[in-house]
Amino acid sequence: MKPGRVLFWLTLGVLTVIFVAPLLWMLTTSFKTNNDATALPLSWLPRPFTGDAYSSVLTTNSATPVLRWFVNSMIAATANAALIVAVDAMAAYALARMRFHGRRLVSATVIGTLFVPPFLFLIPNFLIVSRLGWLDSLWAIIVPSAGGAFGVFFLRQFFAALPVELEEAALMEGANQWQIFTRIVLPLARPALATLTVLSFLTNWNDFLWPIYVLYSAENLTLPAGLGNLQNAATTNYPIAMAGAVVASVPVLLLFVAAQRHVIQSVTHTGVKG
Amino acid sequence: MAVDARPARSVAAPAAEPGGAVRRHGPLTPYLFLLPFGVLFIGFVLIPAIYGLWVSLHDYNYLLPGKPWTGLQNYIDLFTPGSRDSGDFWKSMLATGIFTVFSVPFLIVCPLGVALLLNRAFKGRGFFRAVFFAPYVLGVAVVGILFRFVLDPNIGLVNYYLGSAIPWTTDLPWAWISLIGMTVWWTLGFNAVIYMAGLQDISPDLYEAARVDGASRWDEFRNVTLPGLRPVMAFVTTITILASANMFGQSFLLTKGAPANETRTAIMYIAETGLGNNRQGMAAAMSYILALLLMAVSLLNLRLTQRRGAS
Repeated sequence: MKPGRVLFWLTLGVLTVIFVAPLLWMLTTSFKTNNDATALPLSWLPRPFTGDAYSSVLTTNSATPVLRWFVNSMIAATANAALIVAVDAMAAYALARMRFHGRRLVSATVIGTLFVPPFLFLIPNFLIVSRLGWLDSLWAIIVPSAGGAFGVFFLRQFFAALPVELEEAALMEGANQWQIFTRIVLPLARPALATLTVLSFLTNWNDFLWPIYVLYSAENLTLPAGLGNLQNAATTNYPIAMAGAVVASVPVLLLFVAAQRHVIQSVTHTGVKG
Repeated sequence: MAVDARPARSVAAPAAEPGGAVRRHGPLTPYLFLLPFGVLFIGFVLIPAIYGLWVSLHDYNYLLPGKPWTGLQNYIDLFTPGSRDSGDFWKSMLATGIFTVFSVPFLIVCPLGVALLLNRAFKGRGFFRAVFFAPYVLGVAVVGILFRFVLDPNIGLVNYYLGSAIPWTTDLPWAWISLIGMTVWWTLGFNAVIYMAGLQDISPDLYEAARVDGASRWDEFRNVTLPGLRPVMAFVTTITILASANMFGQSFLLTKGAPANETRTAIMYIAETGLGNNRQGMAAAMSYILALLLMAVSLLNLRLTQRRGAS
């Protein structure tokens, strides 16, 4: 091998270790006892290998009901992604394909809000959500973020770039707008809808600032909010904290592996074409 | 971004032709399609944007019955040295500023290095891209508690392998180094993927021409790669500045603001004031000040990058 290639693989190898080692450490610690996890010298292999941390976080009567948080997160992220895709697709279709009074104003307003920093909505939305009686409930996690404009902007671009011939042919045959939307446009837009779904799910699953303040009962938390509590406990039990972190990571890592193309594309799309 | 990317249809359906494809819907149809999103958008984006301003003009605590109008008093207090909040608020703004100034260069350069490394054809390229991107799909909560453990002074992996006893999360400058390092580890893949797409867009002909001229690798990088990446770099810089200025979770989880609130960021202080202590009026005023400052920085950044692009 030429020295250049050796250097290349060496750099890549070192980087890979830096990126993988913490994740591996999280996994291996989650199978340790707390004594083992905090004993020097550190060991990469659990001695003994135990699933205690998992059984203590995954039982229903646990003081740290990770299983419950997992279910809450799953419900919230799924519902939020579904809501976003449904309402954004309809709005984006109207903006991309219909002529109506105020279309420009609506487009400009929606896109304009993309430039407003999200923390500006934190305090007023907290007050609005409290007035709706949604504090400490999953509604607060599912609904408000669906008002965000990103998906409308993203889908509108995609719809606008679709060829109109199919839609025109359907119109000739007497289809109405709803039929065209559901039977022609949505199936054609599947890749964009999938990207938006995955992105919305990931964002909601990982959201941290909002849930730690609007949820407070142990049984109502989402995983990120719960994990924060796990660590804030006076004496951190590291295997339990790491088991919780593994439970929170596995679904998104699986989703990333399965939908890698969509995730990466959404990044490059916002980056290069935005 | 395209203002209106529908050339085919605007030609097919001019205004004089009411029977054209676009026009064949009832007058209410577009509004019905917009309605569900519109309700959410108005309720959780438009109203809050105005409502927040209104709240900031009151001594607002949502648990108390009286929420007296105080006009600009919250803002005046924040600019009055020695008032209850001004010291802590500006200290938190400074923390955000320090984090932004010192994290952004690393968040621009490190991902570029990785992107250049992965920008050649070799077996397993996709695999390595996935490895470097993977931390980004984990939330800040997972990354935060993981790094809290890995950077633990006594039983953390980092001190163990360095043979050191560095107080990574409780003393300066270590706390900043930890926060920046963790943020780079967490988000490097995001910027790297954007750079990789940008690198793909640079015409191979330019590299070919450089090689014919006998340019060295370094010349190639300086005269072809960097100029080709300029728009992408301007974009990455902008979003990275904004992301760093929005930093919350890393400090909240890793350092908890330690030592002595030196690493408590502006968003962290706003959330504590408004949601932890229920002083929503004051917190809303702080958010508007931070937002205005960020807008000013964005505009400045836009001007600078545009000028650089023009010259």
